[in-house]
Amino acid sequence: MTTLSFDSTLDPILSRRAEIQKIASSSVKRRKTYSKIGIAVCLLCLIVACIPLLAIIGYTVAKGLPAWTSVFFTKNMLPEGIPNGGLYNAIIGTLIIDAIAIAITVPFGILGGLFLAESDGPIAGAVRFSADVLTGVPSITIGIFGYIIWVKNFGYSGYAGALAIGIIMLPVIMRAAETALRGVPVNLYEAGLALGARKATVARKVTLPVALPGLITGVLLAVARGAGETAPLIFTIFGNQFLQTNPSKPMEALPIAIYSYSSQPYNDLIQIAWGGALLLMAVILVLNIGARLVSARLRRERR
Amino acid sequence: MSDRVYRILLGTVGGIFVLILVGFVVAMATQGVPAFSKLGFSFLWSSNWDPTHNHFGILPFMIGTLETTAIAVVLTVPIGLGTALALAYLAPRRLRAPLGTAVELLAAVPSVVYGLWGLLVVAPFFRTQIEPGLSSVFGWTGLFGGANQGVGLLLAGVILFIMVLPTMVAISRDVLAAVPHDQVEGAMALGATRWQLLRKVVVPGARVGVLGAFTLATGRALGETVAVALVIGNSTHLATSLKANAATIPSLIVSTFGEATGTELNVLFTSALVLLVVGIGVNALARMFVRSVARSGAESVAVA
Repeated sequence: MTTLSFDSTLDPILSRRAEIQKIASSSVKRRKTYSKIGIAVCLLCLIVACIPLLAIIGYTVAKGLPAWTSVFFTKNMLPEGIPNGGLYNAIIGTLIIDAIAIAITVPFGILGGLFLAESDGPIAGAVRFSADVLTGVPSITIGIFGYIIWVKNFGYSGYAGALAIGIIMLPVIMRAAETALRGVPVNLYEAGLALGARKATVARKVTLPVALPGLITGVLLAVARGAGETAPLIFTIFGNQFLQTNPSKPMEALPIAIYSYSSQPYNDLIQIAWGGALLLMAVILVLNIGARLVSARLRRERR
Repeated sequence: MSDRVYRILLGTVGGIFVLILVGFVVAMATQGVPAFSKLGFSFLWSSNWDPTHNHFGILPFMIGTLETTAIAVVLTVPIGLGTALALAYLAPRRLRAPLGTAVELLAAVPSVVYGLWGLLVVAPFFRTQIEPGLSSVFGWTGLFGGANQGVGLLLAGVILFIMVLPTMVAISRDVLAAVPHDQVEGAMALGATRWQLLRKVVVPGARVGVLGAFTLATGRALGETVAVALVIGNSTHLATSLKANAATIPSLIVSTFGEATGTELNVLFTSALVLLVVGIGVNALARMFVRSVARSGAESVAVA
């Protein structure tokens, strides 16, 4: 047996290591410089990405807040040149349309989520795939769909708008419900079944209550998504200068009011558009932050 | 409720959902097809849009859609990837979570707000600062002919870039952060610099997911409606310059739908059908990419 050699010229592994060290140290200066440049570019990208994002919030707050007078919240829309116009009818319209959409989609979406969480077959796969695709389809096509199946038969109405918004919200609720329900520990579910309860009873008394925070997160995200949509409403509710609380008639909504006022050459209408944009953005951000808080709390409790 | 009834109830709900999607495609197809029987197929590649004389070429709008999307994507991919790398590996640890949340929240800002801001704030800035600058520096390319108007193809592309950036960043950050830790540590043990680690290990390891993020961002850009309609200037002619007014398929539909009747309405339905088919295709592709990488349900819901 030969003696162990520490002479790097004889040992193949050590000589390789010495060679690698030589190459590495000869290039280390260049590599470090490149690394610094690369990292600087990435951080620069981060800054570039943040600028427009800060600008849009900053401008909307700065231009929108002065528009928030009592008239803005309590008076209907008025044509240009006539003072004391507000967005009352648009705010009420949005509330009614979104409330109808929520009332239909929440139960339906949660049942769909239960279906997805409890089955893994090809049908569930098809449903899951449809939901994923539907969340990404251009929202304008959902508006046209609402036009074809509702407006063509029954005319422009709040119901048609609620239908379009509901189709946008439904897949979001369903997928979020599935995620929340799958997070419920299996032993709870099985304990319910072992006690002799029926599946529907276990779902109602065990899995749904345990998954409640996740369900709330999903609903909040879905509402935030639906409330901000403009294109689907343009083809379904038509718009209405006057207050209309009957959903079977053409209604106004906040996104449409902002859209139609923003391209007007009148400063008072543009001011109102900024006010409406701030209101819409604030509501949606609050819904999103609320959803995050609920799910963060859920994660803490699970730990 | 017996188990059987419960099963049937849930199965029915799932079935209804699939029916909605099928009904969606069928309804769009029945309304979109008549244009072909009235006009043949030539309107798809004709560039003459003149409803009063029954000319309905939608080529300028298809090209406008591709051009605005291309501008958005060319800006989004490098900047979004850089931002995602910064958020996942480079930014100070304390800032990563809040900055990441901020970016995700911006994906939720309604598109009409982007449009309003683009039209009233960015367009004047483009007209007085950006466009004269670009024209004097890059005027020789011929891409920046015509008057400085603010609104137009370039502005629409840039606003779209800002709108799809959060999608690109949020998904890429998740897939970049999901690259296995032992690979990252292996590269570091071999003496790689941080940049070599990112470029040779992290980005290649996450490339399918990044491709998915890119595809989803493209899908969003293709279908965006009101923001583009507000900032593109809505011209029915083929744009000859990046500063020129133009239109996209969605902006054409939303700006002409109210007054359209007869054949024009059919053509608009056909355009919407094209948009739907492309939208479904792009999204199916993107989901396949993203799902093969990140299987975390909660994150993907938050981002979608």
